[in-house]
Order: sequence, then structure tokens, then C-alpha cells
Amino acid sequence: MLTALTAHELGARYRSGEATPTQAVTEYLARIDALDPQVRAFLTVTRDEALRRAADADARFRAGTPRGPLDGVPIALKDVLCTRGIRSTCGSKILERFVPPYDATVVARLYVAGALLLGKLNMDEFAMGSSTEHSAFFPTRNPWDLARVPGGSSGGAAAAVAADMAAITLGTDTGGSIRQPAAFSGVLGMKPTYGRVSRYGLIAFASSLDQIGPFAKDVEDAALMLQAIAGVDPMDSTSVGVPVPDYRAGLGEGIEGLTLGVPAEYFIDGMDPEVEEAIRAAIGALEKLGAHTEPVSLPHTEYGLAAYYVIAPAEASSNLARYDGVKYGLRAPGARDLIAMYSKTRAAGFGAEVKRRVMLGTYALSAGYYDAYYGQAQKVRTLVRRDFDQAFERVDLIVAPTTPGVAFKMGEKEDPLQMYLNDVLTIPVNLAGLPGVSIPGGFTQMGLPIGLQLIGRAFDEAKLLRAAHAYQQVTTWHKRKPTMETNPVGRAPR
Amino acid sequence: MNNYETVIGLEVHAQLLTGTKMFCGCRAAFGAAPNTQTCPVCQGMPGSLPVINRRAIEFGIMTALAIGCRVNALNRFARKHYYYPDMPKNYQISQYEEPLAEHGHVAIEAGGPPREIGVQRVHLEEDVGRLLHEGALETAQSSSVDFNRAGVPLMEIVSKPDLRSPEEAAAYLKALRAILVYLRVCDGNMEEGSLRCDANISLRPRGQTEYGTKVEIKNMNSFRNVRDALEYEIHRQTRALETGERIVQETRLWDPDRAVTVSMRSKEFAHDYRYFPEPDLPPLDVQSAWVDEVRARLPELPVARRARFQGAYGLSAYEADILTQGRGLADYFEAAARDSDKPKIVANWVLNELLRELPADDDRAVAASPIPPGNLVGLLRLMDDGTISGKIAKDVFEKMYQSGETAQAIVSREGLTQVADEGALSAAVDLVLAEHAKVVEDYKAGKKAALGFLVGQVMKATQGKASPGVVNRLLGEKLPKV
Repeated sequence: MLTALTAHELGARYRSGEATPTQAVTEYLARIDALDPQVRAFLTVTRDEALRRAADADARFRAGTPRGPLDGVPIALKDVLCTRGIRSTCGSKILERFVPPYDATVVARLYVAGALLLGKLNMDEFAMGSSTEHSAFFPTRNPWDLARVPGGSSGGAAAAVAADMAAITLGTDTGGSIRQPAAFSGVLGMKPTYGRVSRYGLIAFASSLDQIGPFAKDVEDAALMLQAIAGVDPMDSTSVGVPVPDYRAGLGEGIEGLTLGVPAEYFIDGMDPEVEEAIRAAIGALEKLGAHTEPVSLPHTEYGLAAYYVIAPAEASSNLARYDGVKYGLRAPGARDLIAMYSKTRAAGFGAEVKRRVMLGTYALSAGYYDAYYGQAQKVRTLVRRDFDQAFERVDLIVAPTTPGVAFKMGEKEDPLQMYLNDVLTIPVNLAGLPGVSIPGGFTQMGLPIGLQLIGRAFDEAKLLRAAHAYQQVTTWHKRKPTMETNPVGRAPR
Repeated sequence: MNNYETVIGLEVHAQLLTGTKMFCGCRAAFGAAPNTQTCPVCQGMPGSLPVINRRAIEFGIMTALAIGCRVNALNRFARKHYYYPDMPKNYQISQYEEPLAEHGHVAIEAGGPPREIGVQRVHLEEDVGRLLHEGALETAQSSSVDFNRAGVPLMEIVSKPDLRSPEEAAAYLKALRAILVYLRVCDGNMEEGSLRCDANISLRPRGQTEYGTKVEIKNMNSFRNVRDALEYEIHRQTRALETGERIVQETRLWDPDRAVTVSMRSKEFAHDYRYFPEPDLPPLDVQSAWVDEVRARLPELPVARRARFQGAYGLSAYEADILTQGRGLADYFEAAARDSDKPKIVANWVLNELLRELPADDDRAVAASPIPPGNLVGLLRLMDDGTISGKIAKDVFEKMYQSGETAQAIVSREGLTQVADEGALSAAVDLVLAEHAKVVEDYKAGKKAALGFLVGQVMKATQGKASPGVVNRLLGEKLPKV
């Protein structure tokens, strides 16, 4: 089955003539048809588009002129990324019928690389959430246990890779929205350094924190994807011109002699003992590979969550102001004046979690409260960043759990604060703008995936990938697949 | 004499003459069909991001230097939030705590001695779109938005509360406008809205140092409106204060038709702008080398040029003032004056003839003048060497303006060369003297004005081509002999 292969394996088959992009796309579409009624990862399947592009890719391989390692690789995108001519909902009613007239920079780059778009993936509305239960359309289910959440907000992107419904997907990570669902869904998920990948065409949640990154079946695929999307973009002034190295070339260099920091603050009270055990074991495996480990302290970790829940909603309240019924998206009927049009549209178009955060953020920026909330949160952000700076003076990478627990049951975390706690170990990385990756680091006895998080210095994605790759050479967690076929097609278990 | 002192500060918004918008590559020109100069960025589409227009920053630096501001090395943009349908993102990218430049001044003269008016800050922001209502705002069945103007670069220049009268306010606005137009950063057109002005005005008892409660006035789209609205507001506030009323801090709109200011307090305008630093734009590092480079390219400003024109070309203050009203006109004059050895005469012709055809401050019209400076000098040379008379020269000027031809071409084609041949003129003079015996008698009887009539008759007989000097001399010789 071509769908079980990694992108680089698929590419090898194309080049040897054993398979064609059209065959791969056809298999993927069939698998989406068979499995997605249960998983519900896709909001839109771009069947014709994928087949049309696949035919072009077939011709390139026949002619012996493929464009590169992603040519003909079937991918899918979190619906937060704008795709020209293809609706981009951001998981929200307010953008349910929004068809962008332009491609996000990453999308344009992927098309140039020859990637084949299978469709757009479910997400928590406006990327606000940790379970994909806050999608305005339907929740996505965890392929390892359909009664559980896949994590979020990029739950669709994680589940699609976990269930082999796409070779590679792109998600976005504002406070953990790539790494946490990767951990819950047993796949690799990487958040690059802030500024490494252009945000142009990424529908903003929190502009100073959002970053696009890949979900993949192994490290080599993640390296290929990052290679295709990284680099400065004149359309995004926050993208940075640091040269992009050849990520795949350095993968095999191993980690002998590297120093890995283990932060005490990331092994918190109340964390799942099976998670702690797995991560300690993973650290042992890394030591066996020749890395030296030592304890580091990130003392402001516990304040990160609070700072994040001021900064991110503040920016969101501003970014989401544009959804007013005037220009695009939903306009609620029945308004008799301007103010009513605004309030009816936003009342009908936004879900409860989005409204909660818009209100939080509006409050935090209000006259008289700005210094106490937004100003103070920015100071905490500086302290969190400084924690990492100090740690990275002594260590090359930091290794930690991605989440304190594993995938929870749908509907289990109805208290927003309980939900927010999921991100406590991923948020500091966003606040500091650093790269982080979550890779499969074990399974619980119940068979639920556990995520191992690696954090690197700014723009040092190469070293992150190198360490992750070394780990995957001596472990097989990433090769395990959920047993999807045992579930009857078209019916989700309760 | 009024018991209250007036305190006025102006906020001037100038649309910058950059080719493209503040944060995207769309054209910024005025007057295109609705929504033809837009893109995802200036329409505030989801996922779009702003990119700073370097030229707009440069225009800002030029202005800041021209009015003696300190240019801040660290510039930051900020989001200013309020909901209105003409604003695509429902926030405006502006500057707040770290503006482009601060602490400048503009020199004014408004009847009294010259004064320096302080400028608090200069900052850059994006303009909003335009609403088109079907009928009146209150009753319109539908309204449309044109986003062509959305994102056009705006420069806001905020004065200190240093102005003490409507006349001073108008003088400040005029001086500032002249600088902006001179720098070619703004076309200064108040009617089209490329230059806009809001005023803050308060009264306080004379001698009091604290300011009174201020009122903001908007919608004044001409110098006259600014003066009238401020006059009205002084009367309104004076009356209120004298009857013990409290002045409400509010925004009022000038209604030029009714000549009153009207309160526009409403839910829509009760703003908490919730400023915060624009996360999509990293702080802009304005390096001193960049500022120096802009400074080196700064043109000579009106005040300096006026003084130089008086000294270098011997012009009166009045002449120099008019000739420096527009940079184009001053350049025109200077090009011609350098070419000619009689700058004063050049000045006369520019002031009396050219400005009859062209507005002094319209650089484009001056640049497109059918008579370029070289051609004007050519005309003056023909007059100077006696080829044509002054009167003919004025006719030739008009023909040059109509046709764009040189004076030489017109004079030789139409045979306008001055007749100085004494033989030919002598006959004409004899004929006139014979035909106007009565006038000759009057002259001899002491009516000296009759001479002018006779000169005129000779000129007429020669279609104006006679040399007036020669005609005068011949008449002087012949009259006593008649």
C-alpha cells in the first residue's frame, strides 16, 4: 500500500518507476473515503485538483524531470492556510464559505515543489483549542482510539498523518498546536523557529506566536517538508533571512558529544506516570547514542501559561476584528443598522471558545488594564526567553515530555482551564520563539502514544532533526500504526 | 477685549505622494474606478501581512528634518482599534509610543511678529477606504465601500497647543502646507482630502496657566473652514463659559453650510483604541546614515529661498514671497534669471504675465508651461536689444503661451520687428500731424496730454511696430515746426 509509505519512500518508488503519483493519489483518496467518515480529519477533499496535479507529476517522472523530493507527494493542509480557489474556513462558521483569491506562501512553495494537495484539514476554530472539539463543523477523532481527541488545534493534520490519509501535512503552532496533537496522535510534529517559515496566508490567531510546521511519519519527511517551506519571504516582514541549511544532509551525523538539558520544571506534579517513565527511558536511549545529559532550570515555566493566555487572546482580539460581515465570510441577516450587523454576525459566526478569547484579549488591552495585563505578560515573556538563553549557554538541546498526559476522551475537558493546562509544556517554546519537535517516544499500556519533545536554539532546526533522527534509528515507536481497519467503515464508535 | 485666551493645537493629516500604498504594492493614485487598486493586504483579507513602504518612511524623514524634528532611531508601528466599515481590518496600523519623529517647529507670521509653533510629533499610518452611501447617510438603503484609498500612506503632524487665534492656526496650516508641497511629499489639496486638518481648541481665563477643557473639531476641508470653525467655536465656548456652563470634552463636526459645529458624540465614536505594538512589523531601525542621506538630498526650503532671492537677485520681499510659493515656480524663475542678466525684469514678467496664466503653487502646471524658462529669456532678449517693443512683447508672450513657439519664430513670421527706420517713421509722423491739426493746436496751446494721443496714432499707423523712442523724438522735433 502506497499510503503506508513515507514521502521519501514514495519518491523512491516514483523514480524507480514502481509507482506513479496518480496511483498514490488514487490510493490516498480511497483511504480517505474509507476512513475519514470515522476520523473526520478533512473539512474539504480536493479530489479533482489532486488528480489533475498528479497527472502533471506523472508526466514529469515519465520525462525524467521530477522537481525534487516532494514532487508527486500527496499532502494536506490545516484549514488555517489560505488556498487560492479552495475554501479556507479556519474551522469557523464565519469563514465557512470564504474562498481566498491567493495562496499562502507555503502553499505556493509546495505547489512549485510538485506536492499534490488532497484537501484541507479540521482544526479548532481559529486554532484556539487543544482537542479539535472546538471546530465549528465537527470534532476529529484520534485514530488510536476513536473515543479520544487527536489533540489540537491541528488535530486534523495530526490524525490525517496518523491514519495514513496524507503523506505529510502542515499545521500551525501558537502554543503547542502542532506538537501536542503530534504527541496525542503518535506522529512527528515540528514547530520551526518564529520567522523561519513565512506566515503570509496563515489566517492569524496570535501573530507573534503563530508558526507553520509539518506533521510527518518520520524525521526525513519532516526535513524534506521544512526544506521546501523555510526561508525569508518579502511578504512577511517577520520572516528572517538566516540561511536555510540542507536539513536532510545533516541527519546522519548522530548526536555523540551533544549536551542535552533536562528541565526539572517540565516534569510537573500530577503528570501521567507512564508519560514520565517513557520520557526518562527516551532520555536513556539518547544517552546511549552518545549524548551527554544534564539538568537545566527554566524557572519561569510556571508563569508561561498565564502570560500566554494574555498575549495570545490580546493579539487574537485584534486579528479577529476584521470578521465583521462587511467584506467576506458570513453576514448575519436581519440587522437594521451597522452595530447590529457587527454584533449579529460575530454572535452567529464565532463559537464559544473564540468569543471567550476575544473578550479576554479585549479586556487585557483596555485602557487602564494594559499595563497590568499585556505589559506584565510581555515582561514574563522576556523572562521565559531569558531562561532558555541561559540554558542554551550550556546545552545544545532540551529534552522533555511534550504533554503531561496522553490523549483524553472527547468531552472530558469541558472546563476551559483544564483544557489550557494541556499546553503548559509547549507554550514556553512559542513565547521564546524557539524551534521544537515532538516525536513518538513510547506508548501507554492502553496503547496511546506518548510524545517526546526536543527544543533547540533559534534557527537550529538542523540539530533538532539530527537528534530526532538518531532516536528514530534506534526506536520503532514511529513505525507503529493504529489498527484502523478493525472499525466498521462509516460508523464512529461512541 | 475678551477675558479668555484661546489655545489651539492642530493635527494635520497629509496623504503622501508615494507611487504605492503604505503596506502593499497597490497604486496609491486618486480617482480610479472603485476597488480597482486593491489587494488582499489593503482589503484586510485573512492571512495577509503588511510590509513597510520605504519611500513613505523617507518622505516622513524629509518632513521631519524640514521642520527641525528629531528622527527616532527606533520606530514602531502600533494597531489602533475601532470598528468602521471603511477600515478593512477594523484596526489602523499607525504609530503610538514610538513615532517617526518628535520635537520640531514651524515658523509663522500672522499679522504680528514671527512666531515658532512647536510640533509634537510626526508619525505615519495608513488611510482608510471611502464609503459611498445611496442617498443620505441616515436614510441610505445601501452603502458601498471603495478600498482604493485604504492603505494610502498618511503622515500625521501634531502641533503643540501653541496657537492662540484662528489666524495663527490658518497661518500655521499654510506654512506647513507650503513645506509639504515644496518637499513634494504631499500635493496639499484640501478639497480632495489629500491634506486634512483637525483642531483641538480650548479657552482659559487670561493669566491662567492650566489649559481649559478641549474640544476636537473635524471636517474642515479648506483654510477658510479652519478659520470659520475656530471662530465659531471661540464664540460658542466663550458664551458657555460666561453663562457658567461646563465645556464638555467631545468631538464636534464643522458644518460649513450652517456655519456651526455639531457634537458627534455617539456610541460609534466612544473609543478606547486599545493600542498595542503591531506584531506583524518588527521595529524599524532608522539608522542615522539613512537620515543623513535624506538630509543631503533635502531641497532648499521656502524661507531660506525667499531670503536668497532677495539678496541674490535684488527682489523685493513681496516678489520673493510670491516667487517661492511653489517649488516649481521658484525653480522656473531661477532657471530664467540665471540665463538672463536682468533678473528683476525676469521677475516682473513671471509675476505679471506668467502668473496671469498659471497658479503660483501648481508645480505641475508650471513644469508644463508652454513657455519654458529659456523661451521667456529669449523673448526678453528681443525686447532688450530693441528688436521688438514692450507692447509687442506682451502680444508675443500670449502667442507663445498659445502655441508653445519661441519668440523668435513668432516675431520673424509675423514681421513684428520694431520699426526704427527714421525715414519710414518720419513720413508716418508727418501724415498723423497733417490729419490731426486740431490736436496739434491743442498741444501748442499747452495741452501736453495731446502728445500721447499723437504717439498712439503713429503706433497705430505702424501696427505697433514703431519704436516709441524714435516716434517721441520725431514728434518733438516736428511739432514746433507745424
